[in-house]
Amino acid sequence: MNETMKQYDVIIIGGGPAGLSAGIYTSRACLSSLLIEKGAIGGMIINAKLVENYPGFTDGISGIDLTEAMHRQATMFGLETVAAEVTGVMVDGKNKVVKTSQGDFTAKAVIIAGGSERQKLGVPGEAEYTGKGVSYCATCDGAFFRDKVVAVVGGGNAAVTEALELTKFASKIIVIHRRNELRATKVVQEKAFAEKKIGFLWDSAVETIMGNTFVNKIRVRNLKTGNQSILSVDGVFVNVGSQPSTGYLKGVLALDANGAIVINDRMETSVPGIFAAGDIRSNSIRQVIGAAGDGAMAAVNAGKYISG
Amino acid sequence: MSKPVEIEEAKFDGTVLKAKIPVLVDFWAPWCGPCRMVAPIVDELANEYDGKVSFFKVNVDNNPKVASKYGVMSIPTLILFKNGQPFTNIVGFRPKAELKKNLDKAL
Repeated sequence: MNETMKQYDVIIIGGGPAGLSAGIYTSRACLSSLLIEKGAIGGMIINAKLVENYPGFTDGISGIDLTEAMHRQATMFGLETVAAEVTGVMVDGKNKVVKTSQGDFTAKAVIIAGGSERQKLGVPGEAEYTGKGVSYCATCDGAFFRDKVVAVVGGGNAAVTEALELTKFASKIIVIHRRNELRATKVVQEKAFAEKKIGFLWDSAVETIMGNTFVNKIRVRNLKTGNQSILSVDGVFVNVGSQPSTGYLKGVLALDANGAIVINDRMETSVPGIFAAGDIRSNSIRQVIGAAGDGAMAAVNAGKYISG
Repeated sequence: MSKPVEIEEAKFDGTVLKAKIPVLVDFWAPWCGPCRMVAPIVDELANEYDGKVSFFKVNVDNNPKVASKYGVMSIPTLILFKNGQPFTNIVGFRPKAELKKNLDKAL
């Protein structure tokens, strides 16, 4: 398979709401467009059973219904999609070359919409027990922890919201946070403090995750006193943030201190003809509407760039 | 034209564990987004591997015992059974190329 023969006007990296929205706009503008996605079309939001705040849906809509419709819409206007993983992006004269696991593709402009990945704890046992007690998504996996004891690691909105979600299933939830106060918004904090099933372990970090076939305990260290303790838990839900998927872009374009792509108000990156949209870019608000808006802006500006 | 067959836990042992060829079981639930994304890929594989691998689906909401027996704690989970034993355990959405590699290893 040699796709380097076919040149596209625009290549879009990432098939979440940012990439799909960009695809609708570029295809409808009659720019030949290819979207490259290594995982599931729709991105992270397909795990959400209900998106209540995407404008236009008074009853809310599931993440997957929303993104499937976006993809159908973009495909209707001519967007092509390929399942591949991007390993590099380079400028070659007037063209941009996108290197992937399925070969190289070239385009006049590139829109990078690859989103972010959930940050790992980086502790022993975490990788081994992923899917066997360690989870990064309470809406996805909470149902498998009915009447069990679980730990939620983190102190931001994601962690506290997941802890609240888990009260539907788990018998006890321990929120483990390395500071002595939560970063989550006040309203969410109040709800969590009022919940009998939720307990808090402050100034603490998980050091090791242990078990037999599945997780059965964790070792926790108090960061102020240095004391270690063992907690019996059946699950560990990790919510310590996300990092933009920009590993292959180091040295290619400007990234901020968090590894997110630096852009201006036209979604332009530091490289002419390369744009960024959604959670992968600096100061993303991490909402579907933000991603969709970014995607449309990147698409319109990519079109202007191509017309010269 | 072969499609994955939905089965209940009562029929699981007789159908999956006693099969002569490898069996791929797709553990899913209606509320699971990634399960919906992997379903059409599993449908395509059922067609392409017709006669070489059998394909079944288990709704974990209706069949919690068999899900628990095989340690399903996250969905989608695809378990490839060979000679009555789990041969490969695949947790989370995977693209078609990766699933094909897993099936080919069992053949």
